[in-house]
Amino acid sequence: MATNSSAEHSRRDFLYIATGAVAAAGGVAVAVPMIAQMNPDASTIAAGAPIEVNLAPVAEGQVIKVFWRGKPIYINHRTKKEIDAARAVDVAALPDPQPDTARVKQGKDQWLVLVGICTHLGCIPLAHQGSYNGFFCPCHGSVYDTSGRIRSGPAPSNLPLPPYVFLSDTQIRIG
Amino acid sequence: MSGHQTYQPRSPFMKWMERRLPIAGLVYSSFIVYPTPRNLNYWWTFGGILSFMLAAQIVTGVILAMHYTPHADMAFKSVEMIMRDVNYGWLLRYAHSNGASMFFIAVYIHMFRGMYYGSYKEPREVLWILGVILYLLMMATGFLGYTLPWGQMSFWGATVITNFFSAFPGIGESLVTLLWGGYSVGNPTLNRFYSLHYLLPFVIAGVVVLHIWALHVVGQNNPAGIEPKTDRDVVRFTPYATIKDAFFMICFSLVFAWFVFYTPNYLGHADNYIPANPAVTPTHIVPEWYYLPFYAILRAIPDKLMGVLALFGSIIILAFLPWLDTSPVRSARYRPLFRQFFWVFVIVCLGLGWLGSKPAEGGYVIASRILTIYYFAHFLIILPILGWVEKTKPLPNSIAESVLHDGVPVGASAPAPAKV
Ligand code: HEM
Ligand code: FES
Repeated sequence: MATNSSAEHSRRDFLYIATGAVAAAGGVAVAVPMIAQMNPDASTIAAGAPIEVNLAPVAEGQVIKVFWRGKPIYINHRTKKEIDAARAVDVAALPDPQPDTARVKQGKDQWLVLVGICTHLGCIPLAHQGSYNGFFCPCHGSVYDTSGRIRSGPAPSNLPLPPYVFLSDTQIRIG
Repeated sequence: MSGHQTYQPRSPFMKWMERRLPIAGLVYSSFIVYPTPRNLNYWWTFGGILSFMLAAQIVTGVILAMHYTPHADMAFKSVEMIMRDVNYGWLLRYAHSNGASMFFIAVYIHMFRGMYYGSYKEPREVLWILGVILYLLMMATGFLGYTLPWGQMSFWGATVITNFFSAFPGIGESLVTLLWGGYSVGNPTLNRFYSLHYLLPFVIAGVVVLHIWALHVVGQNNPAGIEPKTDRDVVRFTPYATIKDAFFMICFSLVFAWFVFYTPNYLGHADNYIPANPAVTPTHIVPEWYYLPFYAILRAIPDKLMGVLALFGSIIILAFLPWLDTSPVRSARYRPLFRQFFWVFVIVCLGLGWLGSKPAEGGYVIASRILTIYYFAHFLIILPILGWVEKTKPLPNSIAESVLHDGVPVGASAPAPAKV
């Protein structure tokens, strides 16, 4: 009787473990689509295709805002003064050190193209404001300079640069 | 205490029913003869008021949902149509939006009541933690609901709050994209927020059942903070607690009605009557008033991740209160030092709320920092130490003794002399 019952135990144990394993695998298989459905759907991704922007009408000193993937993109035609101000800083002393030259395309120093979303909690900073006359976020007071680098306030990093290329001197493609 | 009477069905139908589903017996033992401490004051009526507010939000919400369109292009307009075209739509919407505020007023009073009288202490820890969970669910529900009208504050509130999750290193960005269902807050976000806003109140209702279940296992605390010992310490739930709850619920509803009818937008924000515009952030964005103290804590800290952690921490810490307060005495009535610190804490919370509504600059930030430090110190330093050093007052021998003088309630006129 004793041997019999222990044999029964091991068969039942096997069933327990096998059932549990199948249930766990099934649980994962169900969780994947349940979570994946939350990510951007095909139409949202398609609407995030690259856009082209003509720079010719943007005068020196002017900032325009375009939308790409629902995000505001600032295109800033910087004046010489703004460029000089961005270059005359001690890069190592910045909260998120990055030279101005790494934030523009070579030979296109006047064109600063930024994602206009504060790296703190996502508000849209105002252009030509704040103590560096760069960008100022009204939400919690982050201040960015004329290169879009964070200078003070709670934002942890510089305004991000979207992927973009110059197609000609006056045409860019964002995305 | 002797066991209270059990339900004896009288009519044949109720007898038939009771053998199949003893629901009348459950109601009878939980809400009719259930013994409540005889010394409960009006601060104990807020549990009932909260249940009433939950029901009011569900009723008005389900009706609003019949007229509301959860689409980024139509949501704002549909809410305006509710206000102008739907019969009594203005009333239902104002009742729902002010109802959320009243719900929070009630929950804050309910929580401070618990802190004052030590209602979180042994054996009510689980009851208290269920309360903290309810509070978190309420905050989530209120936030999701506030995005639905798709005004400027809705949109930017949703943007700022969801961006909290971008603070987590590594996974932050993809987590936020997952929450949004896009690369920014947009129509997919509104859709899922609507679905969840509809769902969560019913989850709340489920947790309320657990909360009341736990309450009925351990019994109510009371202003004296001592357990009832004899039948003289308790009264039946009905009529005593029922009528007291109902009376104060009416008083509370008067305040509610005053907001709805006389100043329905006082607690709201004018910017939310501007349709959502992803291109422009309002110059001064603030959350609903009930989140302001936490918003002040977030902004007090100059580091993004630490700010978000402090914000969540300031709520989570409540769940640990039963173990942070080391004093064996429950009620602040018998804890002279704690009583003072309690009121300082209330003022600090109100102060943080006020600071949360101010711009994050200069003196406001410094004041927020000081109060934030105090907020955490209250839980992590003051409460543990008080329990060891405080000399508490002697506790009464029984609840009856704390409210009766020679058998006569304190403050009542003497009983008429017995007839001969
Ligand atoms: C815990 C309970 C609830 C709370 C705290 C709550 C809170 C809120 C808040 C703060 C708003 C924004 C009001 C405004 O500014 O216009 C709102 C809107 C809304 N809620 Fe709720 N709600 C609750 C339950 C429900 C339920 C159960 C439903 C539906 C079944 C619902 C449906 C709606 C709808 C359709 C709107 C959009 C219309 C409007 O903005 O007035 N709510 N809710
Ligand atoms: S979102 Fe810009 S400072 Fe907070």
